[in-house]
Amino acid sequence: MNSEKIFKYLLASSGILIVLIAVGIVATLFVGSIPSFKEYGFGFIFSSDWNPTEGRESYGALPFIIGTLMTSILALLITFPFAFSISLFLGEYFKHGKLPSFLRSVIDLLAGIPSVVYGLWGFYALRPLISELGINAQGFGIFTSSIVLAIMIIPYASSLGSEVISMVPGSLKEAAYSLGATRFEVVRNVIIPNAGSGIFAGYILALGRAIGETMAVTMLIGNSNKIPAGIFDLGNTMASLIANQFGEAEGLKYTSLVEIGLILFIITGIVNLLGKLIMKKLSA
Amino acid sequence: MKKLQLLFTAIIAVALMVSCGNAGKKKTESNAKAKTITGAGATFPQPFYNKIFKTYTKEQSLLVTYGGIGSGGGIRSLKDKIVDFGASDAFLSDKKLADMPGEVLHIPTCLGAVVAAYNLPGKPALKFTPELMEGVFMGKITNWNDPKIAAVNPGVNLPDLAITVVYRSDGSGTTFIFSDYMSKVSTKWAAKIGAGKALQWPVGIGAKGNPGVAGTISQTKGAIGYIGSEYAFAQGIPVASIQNQAGNFILPSLESVSASAKGEMPADTRVSLTNTTAAEGYPISSFTWLIIYKEQNYNNRSLDQATQTVKLINWIVSEATQKETTKVNYAPLPKAAVAKAKAVLAKVTYKGKALK
Repeated sequence: MNSEKIFKYLLASSGILIVLIAVGIVATLFVGSIPSFKEYGFGFIFSSDWNPTEGRESYGALPFIIGTLMTSILALLITFPFAFSISLFLGEYFKHGKLPSFLRSVIDLLAGIPSVVYGLWGFYALRPLISELGINAQGFGIFTSSIVLAIMIIPYASSLGSEVISMVPGSLKEAAYSLGATRFEVVRNVIIPNAGSGIFAGYILALGRAIGETMAVTMLIGNSNKIPAGIFDLGNTMASLIANQFGEAEGLKYTSLVEIGLILFIITGIVNLLGKLIMKKLSA
Repeated sequence: MKKLQLLFTAIIAVALMVSCGNAGKKKTESNAKAKTITGAGATFPQPFYNKIFKTYTKEQSLLVTYGGIGSGGGIRSLKDKIVDFGASDAFLSDKKLADMPGEVLHIPTCLGAVVAAYNLPGKPALKFTPELMEGVFMGKITNWNDPKIAAVNPGVNLPDLAITVVYRSDGSGTTFIFSDYMSKVSTKWAAKIGAGKALQWPVGIGAKGNPGVAGTISQTKGAIGYIGSEYAFAQGIPVASIQNQAGNFILPSLESVSASAKGEMPADTRVSLTNTTAAEGYPISSFTWLIIYKEQNYNNRSLDQATQTVKLINWIVSEATQKETTKVNYAPLPKAAVAKAKAVLAKVTYKGKALK
């Protein structure tokens, strides 16, 4: 066998290995959640009871599905104006120079900060502020978590956007300018239609990150296993619940947590799929 | 066709890699020397175990490793036979013992407690009766100026401040000990909430781990929560005295925790110390246990591995090692408990024969 072939086989086998691992993860989640599914069926998704006490065990995923969707979607809404402005600023208005490159490094830095550090910052800096403002009594909850999540996902939402905005062909923009368009009109009528799908892809990536975030959320959401009454109430997310309760889980609780993992996986899958569909529509 | 061939080769390559990994695992001979002793489980006694296992590793040149993965994880690891010993803050119920693949023995190693910590301006010393504990932790008493609190704490300046209950969001032996106590002293608690490592809380905020609960309490005015004593003592957190069964208000301390174990103890050492009858005992105390299989010949373990495991545990309950407990804020086993622990260890067998 020549080196060319060996290299080819090596590439192929490592690619297949990744696929096998992904399939293995799904299979493990699936097999692990069978006992819980047998017990509750699809009612698991709609039950709001989470009682792990022995003798009166009852598990349902609804509070955590709602908590996860609320925190991540709210985070995306908060992050949107900032991320979009940053993408435009770096992709169109100031592509080169010291200030943009400084801004870029700072945003990259945001992506590199471990989530537990965000959690600590939220706990010691943001939470007292929220409670001082009277938003809620202890400063914990969905809203606090969403703000921290919003900051965490800015790099994901903005970097892809600025990349595609800067790739909009110059000839198109120049054509618009030569027709007498203002800069704002160029942004609205040339850049956004051209780069829309790429910008959107960034938001999907960011949403995926927010859905799966664990540590920072656990530290700020209040970990109350009930359906939140509103965005200022306490709550819990799927990832945070698993991280909290997996260590001591056994029996029905164990398999219910695995099923929540499976649901989380499916939700992330659906978000990605929807994202791809919308991107296709936008770019068509 | 060529692509298909490529795919097949790749799959075979992966399969080979996997099978090589399996073949690499050598079966241990039954007469092999023990190199390491592995344990896993409860996080509550982990500082104590870390300290003494380090000493043991140095003195005996036998590596002892311990993974603080939680009591549930410890039980699971022992069930899967991947550790020499597990560790748990709650003893296994009869049902759970029956679920294990072999007979399991409990050996108590030290005592700890769960304390009620709070954040009030001026840091007043507070007393709690079981009725007050029930009222506060079940959300019936919602303000610190409630006359029920004042009745038990005459002369204490209690502010008009909302009570925020803080509990453990992660499954924890600490929660088990606390709720085990609450279930014993409050019929309402027993009926509505019950005892367990994680609960369905009627009110409050969940925080992860002792540091999370302690941090949330210290950051929230009017907060009250429960914390493992080893953590509270080490951090010097102000804690409440709690009225025990004899009617005395007992401040948690190493002495009062040790005193809680003065009652009768069954031969298998599985006993709950909460709501102790001992007059000077702190009522929310508990043993923490190591769990091992009675028959040590499993998973191709060698005789030496079994002997070394039992030797290690005998050393943990020895007088010299028990003296180390207080240095890391645990209470030592009373003499009667040590005798019971040694009697349990004497039952261990290898291939049906008692170990020397």
